[in-house]
Amino acid sequence: MEKPLTGRMRSDGEPVDLQEYERAGGYQAIQKALGRMTPKQVQEEVQRSNLRGRGGAGFGTGLKWSFVPIGPDAPRPKYVVCNADEMEPGTFKDRLLMERDPHQLIEGIILTSYAVEAEVAYLFLRGEYTLAEDTLARAISDAYRAGYWGRNIAGTGYNLDLYLHTSAGRYICGEETALLNALEGKRANPRAKPPFPPVVGLWGKPTVINNVETLCNVPHIIRNGADWFRALSRSPDGGTKLFGASGRVKRPGIWELPMGVTIREVIEEPAGGMQDGYALRGLQPGGASTDFLTTEHLDVALDFNSIAKVGSRLGTGTMIILDDRTCPVGMTLNLTHFFAQESCGWCTPCWAGLSWCEQILAAIEKGNGRSEDLGHLEFQTRFFGLGNTFCALAPGAAEPIQSALKYFRQDFQKHIDEKRCPWKG
Amino acid sequence: MLSAEEKAELDRELQQYPARQSACIDAMKIVQRHRRWLSDEALRDIGEYLGMSVADLDGVATFYNLLFRKPVGRHVVMICDSVTCWIMGYEKLRDTLMNRLGVSLGETTSDDRFTVLPIVCLGNCDKAPTLMVDRDTYGNVSPETVEEILARYK
Repeated sequence: MEKPLTGRMRSDGEPVDLQEYERAGGYQAIQKALGRMTPKQVQEEVQRSNLRGRGGAGFGTGLKWSFVPIGPDAPRPKYVVCNADEMEPGTFKDRLLMERDPHQLIEGIILTSYAVEAEVAYLFLRGEYTLAEDTLARAISDAYRAGYWGRNIAGTGYNLDLYLHTSAGRYICGEETALLNALEGKRANPRAKPPFPPVVGLWGKPTVINNVETLCNVPHIIRNGADWFRALSRSPDGGTKLFGASGRVKRPGIWELPMGVTIREVIEEPAGGMQDGYALRGLQPGGASTDFLTTEHLDVALDFNSIAKVGSRLGTGTMIILDDRTCPVGMTLNLTHFFAQESCGWCTPCWAGLSWCEQILAAIEKGNGRSEDLGHLEFQTRFFGLGNTFCALAPGAAEPIQSALKYFRQDFQKHIDEKRCPWKG
Repeated sequence: MLSAEEKAELDRELQQYPARQSACIDAMKIVQRHRRWLSDEALRDIGEYLGMSVADLDGVATFYNLLFRKPVGRHVVMICDSVTCWIMGYEKLRDTLMNRLGVSLGETTSDDRFTVLPIVCLGNCDKAPTLMVDRDTYGNVSPETVEEILARYK
């Protein structure tokens, strides 16, 4: 099976350096695209590949690019931002791509910049990823010395500046308009949309913001073509995907697999099944903000539409496993605590609703819950759902609460009836 | 006033941005590296250099997990309390750490050696539970191995 994203990675854990990357065909896509393709052709190839955003939302990458004004009358400068603010609890896939194969990401950023005729690209990295910071800083400077960014790239006349920005740790900075405010040195509250960043973004100029894994796919699509990319997948979404599992499985980790493998295949094969003495109770398929699924969903394919059909989201593709010895109420409380704490405080339904939900969940977990609390949780999570807030943080936070109430309702009820957490002695 | 060294480091970062305000996170991280935490005076110094009000800077500083507006010890231990680490034994590890150091979350040891803070998911979930000390990440940390880790920081 082909593994374009992770196939070059070294077994000793060191990053692939410039020479190794070039020997494996790296940076050839830059020669091909900048030398022989127009920006519009690069966009069309990516659009035809059905690459969907790997940050969680799954928006068509080529479609996103197509909203950027192109040509001599477009506002300048234009920007590309790599969203490397990986902070969704349970998600650790972009870390791997940056620590182990930094040039693949850099090539993806340069190609994306060319496709939208951007002059400046920023790599927005979360502050805690210090190893990725050191690895990327070295790779960016190696790529500059080799002429892959800067003035007159590869002799084609195209110019691009590429900068690494390290953030200081806040989940909301992964929301793309909050990220823009963070880069501008402002408190990182999300912006009202529309206008969307491809039209009005960084310093008011057109800006494309793509996730690390999304960008890493671009060089391979350009080098091998959209048809090749689509054929990697078992679903209509193109390509491979980094899938992961954490929790009480035998071998937690990240694996590159065809888009559309089933949940069961990931848990049983690379993850090795559950640890001895633990049984699978449920899972979040793609990070903390995705609805719980249960053992009845194990044969659902991991692609954007299949997961949506059963009421959850593919999200980041990194599963969090709930075992039978972990309290689902406690887990929902932990998740809600995270979202309440990381709410930026801008929209009332989010900051007030999430802290209220956290208090209710804490009371239930402690044995102080009342029967009407479950109704309050259902009401509140609808109240801060889609359409009532500037950004997707609160609607994302609602998903685990609502689905926990649906699938683990008897556990909530037991806490309330017995006035204690049944998982605690 | 920013020191000559702080200014030189900040000037390098300023080249990345079309507006001085954009470098304020970099500025606060640089000053924090030199002075350990961000006092009111530190914000005034940065504000003066970047042309920003202290109120705006404080709005940014208080937003982030890695910017400290209160004094911290020589080393900052950040222990992940997010979902996978919670499943894999965060509470036990936290209690061990607090007992060993004699502090609660948010406090600094009396010898000024460690400040212990909770942190959100460190993206190291296949090696949960996880913690960071300063710039270093440690995975699969157990109540037994945490002692060994702490011993590396004086």
